[in-house]
Amino acid sequence: MPENPKTKPGFSMTVNGESRTVDVPADMPLLWVLRDILNLTGTKYGCGMALCGACTVHLDGEAVRSCQMPISAVEGKTVTTIEGLSPDGNHPLQILWDEMNVSQCGYCQAGQIMNAAAWLAENPTPSDEEIDRNQSGNLCRCGTYTRIRDAIKLAIEKGGLA
Amino acid sequence: MFLFENNPPWAKNTVEKPEVLNLSRRDFLKRSALLAGSTFVLGVWSSCETRKEPMVREVTKVPASGTFEEAGFQPNLLVGINDAGDVFIVCTRSEMGQGIRSSMPPVIADEMEADWDRVHVVQADGDPKYGNQNTDGSRSVRNHFDEWRQAGATARAMLLAAAAKMLDVPASECTAHNNFVEHSASQRKLGYGELAATAATLDVPADAPLKDRSEWRYIGKEVRGVDNYDIVTGKAIFGIDASVPGMLHATIERCPVIGGKALTYDEETATAVPGVEKVLRLDDAQLPPAFNALGGIAVIGTNTWATMKGREALNVKWDFGPNAGYNSTEYRAALENSATNPGKEIRAVGDIKTAMEKASQTHEATYFVPMQAHAPMEPPNALAWVKEDGSIEIWAPSQDPQAARNTVAAVMGVEVEQVTIHVTLLGGGFGRKSKPDYVVEAALISKAVGAPVKLTWTREDEIHFDYFHAPSAQHLKASLDETGKATGWLHRTTFPSISSTFAPNVTHASNGELGLGFTTVPYQIPNMLCENGAAKAFVRIGWLRSVCNIHHAFAVNAFAGELAHKAGRDQKDYLLELIGPPRNLNHLFEGERGAYGEDLNVHTYDTGRLRHVIEAVATSIDWGKDLPDGHGLGIATHYSFVSYVAHAVHVSVIDGQLAIHDIHCAIDSGTYVNVDRVKAQMEGATIFGLTLALHGKITAKDGAIEQSNFHNFPLLRLNETPPITVHVVHRKQAPGGVGEPGVPPVAPALTNAILAATGKPVRELPIRLG
Repeated sequence: MPENPKTKPGFSMTVNGESRTVDVPADMPLLWVLRDILNLTGTKYGCGMALCGACTVHLDGEAVRSCQMPISAVEGKTVTTIEGLSPDGNHPLQILWDEMNVSQCGYCQAGQIMNAAAWLAENPTPSDEEIDRNQSGNLCRCGTYTRIRDAIKLAIEKGGLA
Repeated sequence: MFLFENNPPWAKNTVEKPEVLNLSRRDFLKRSALLAGSTFVLGVWSSCETRKEPMVREVTKVPASGTFEEAGFQPNLLVGINDAGDVFIVCTRSEMGQGIRSSMPPVIADEMEADWDRVHVVQADGDPKYGNQNTDGSRSVRNHFDEWRQAGATARAMLLAAAAKMLDVPASECTAHNNFVEHSASQRKLGYGELAATAATLDVPADAPLKDRSEWRYIGKEVRGVDNYDIVTGKAIFGIDASVPGMLHATIERCPVIGGKALTYDEETATAVPGVEKVLRLDDAQLPPAFNALGGIAVIGTNTWATMKGREALNVKWDFGPNAGYNSTEYRAALENSATNPGKEIRAVGDIKTAMEKASQTHEATYFVPMQAHAPMEPPNALAWVKEDGSIEIWAPSQDPQAARNTVAAVMGVEVEQVTIHVTLLGGGFGRKSKPDYVVEAALISKAVGAPVKLTWTREDEIHFDYFHAPSAQHLKASLDETGKATGWLHRTTFPSISSTFAPNVTHASNGELGLGFTTVPYQIPNMLCENGAAKAFVRIGWLRSVCNIHHAFAVNAFAGELAHKAGRDQKDYLLELIGPPRNLNHLFEGERGAYGEDLNVHTYDTGRLRHVIEAVATSIDWGKDLPDGHGLGIATHYSFVSYVAHAVHVSVIDGQLAIHDIHCAIDSGTYVNVDRVKAQMEGATIFGLTLALHGKITAKDGAIEQSNFHNFPLLRLNETPPITVHVVHRKQAPGGVGEPGVPPVAPALTNAILAATGKPVRELPIRLG
């Protein structure tokens, strides 16, 4: 019989390859567990309503909005944040984001990259329409969308995303 | 992107002599004490389960050879070189995405002939010794370019002198290149590291020679973002990411109406939330609001989430105060009434009354732009640590760290020298983070709880309590001859002034605001009258990227488009005719300074440059090409922040559906530094302008803002973004602004395209068809 998450003393998960246990209320969103408890601040707060995508992480390989993911739903699962996307910042998207000067302020870019990395792994040869559709949940106030599009297209051309 | 390499005949390339700026060069170059505290040291929790002593992480990239403070050769505040040849360059301006950390250091590195790969960028704290650090008004490069060049040139001159001394040859026989000084006659060369100790013993020259622009290696070229790698790996530290040992978190429940106050609230219920440690009532807001804290009930806890849950449990009852009668629907009617009736005369040319009476025809229109919120992706936040000795250390994403420092000192009753403001990266600014109200709030809470406190604004806080871009109504009327040519131009603008945020009983706009695209309309029309109507503020009015240029450029360009349409003329031809021949418009300003504080002897307001960007975008979009039914091209141009921008847009409106196919823009900002960042700012400004045009609308009901998050204050999304082509005009004139000038022409170029496609004018933002 599964434990009652409301009374559970700790929530265990794998974060960027390490097992972690946190003792927090069951409804605390993964976003705040990552930022305030585990001090992984690469994942950003933007809206708290899954409207902007700044908090995107991978949960068992799927892109999720960590602001809407209570820690009780993460129990036993595998979390990857921007800090754990690649060993040394050498994921193809990270390399191209750097080379193509995609970022302006940079605040939304961890979410942009995590979002794109997840769906491109499933669909490494998308159409232009698919790129637009899959990446439109991530807001950028600086207006880097045209470069995000260009970087994704070049990454697709170069391959190695799946 | 391609460059317009050939200057047109009207381009005046007379501005070669750098201007001497406000900051005393002697003071600036004087060797000063070592910088203190500019390396950003943060605590990082090494383990997840419980908070342990933090590891210390250096965020500023520091080479193994040591820190900037330890560098032996520091000819001025901005440059350091150590014995290993590592070069430190201080960035005194705030990085919010405009790319200044990848623009200011290359200017200095270029003049000092540093090897860019050896340069380490050090972010300055807020301190008046650096001169003006207020990073707004698109003024970093345009106001400081010459100082920065001089700082680098001084270092180079001293390194040359040191080499001459060490090699016992005349300095004139030595050349500096890429971190070395070479004496070619004897085929000897010394690295900057080898020269540092000797250079440090030399007198600082007063007027070191600058490089000729033909010798520039980094200025005007593309320099990759110095923070790119940290950003894409999640290592970059924004204000919201700062932490120190023992830090608590806080959020504040504020009265929904500015100037209201709490009557009752439930402290016990909030404190019962796990993780909440304290509930604190802040002093009630003072009006006018200025940079004051807004009052409210602060909830302090061990993590952000706990404080948010605590806020929900407060159940505050409010007295909404004097602004509770503010309703946007009625307010708009009042603004439009003010704009359609005579106002305060601001600019008069010729005789508008007679022109209207004698006109063969007239045309008039009223334009409306609602309030806008800044909505930087990183909401306001600050980490403040009021220490036992009374000193205050703050980490904040601040556009204006000196204003933050002065305001905190005044509110907290300490000396300015006791306050240290460390400037983090800013997750967007757009003018919001020039106002230090959130920094003051963090300091007040830290003092009350006796611990370092990170205050985070939620997105709802950010949208409810912004310093909003003013709502505006404008009325324009033109007298026309029988061919549709304008003979008279009446323009009335009405909006609550930014001054109202800082002073009571303000009813009219300031001269500064009216200089933003209202008194500076560049049209050659014999009779013009510009008036400003009265408007009162009920919320905090602030400055948003390009400020009043947003609404003024919209109305002026949209009205020009309507006049062209009425005359059956081509928009671009009509616009060029309105502007008239290339000429100097400096007479629109009083005295020696223009609307942006610029020296008019250096920065001429030149309609030739305006005409050139119009021609550039027209060529780029293939203006005049055949289009299918329902398609149209629109064009708009605007001079702001001493730069010239034009946009051209291709749209279709079919079955009531607007599609934006293509946007082309051109900027002439004179001499530019990091050309890729100029291009990026134009891309971003175009998207910012599209959000304004298509989505941006903030409204109030009973004094409270009705929008709260991105579902009801939407920003443009990637799937709505058309291809954007940017042209950067290549010129030798002194640098103009880059961050803001790209915003104003976007909305009117788009509405003019819709007019071309449909025959129907658009007079209100955000655009609603049908």
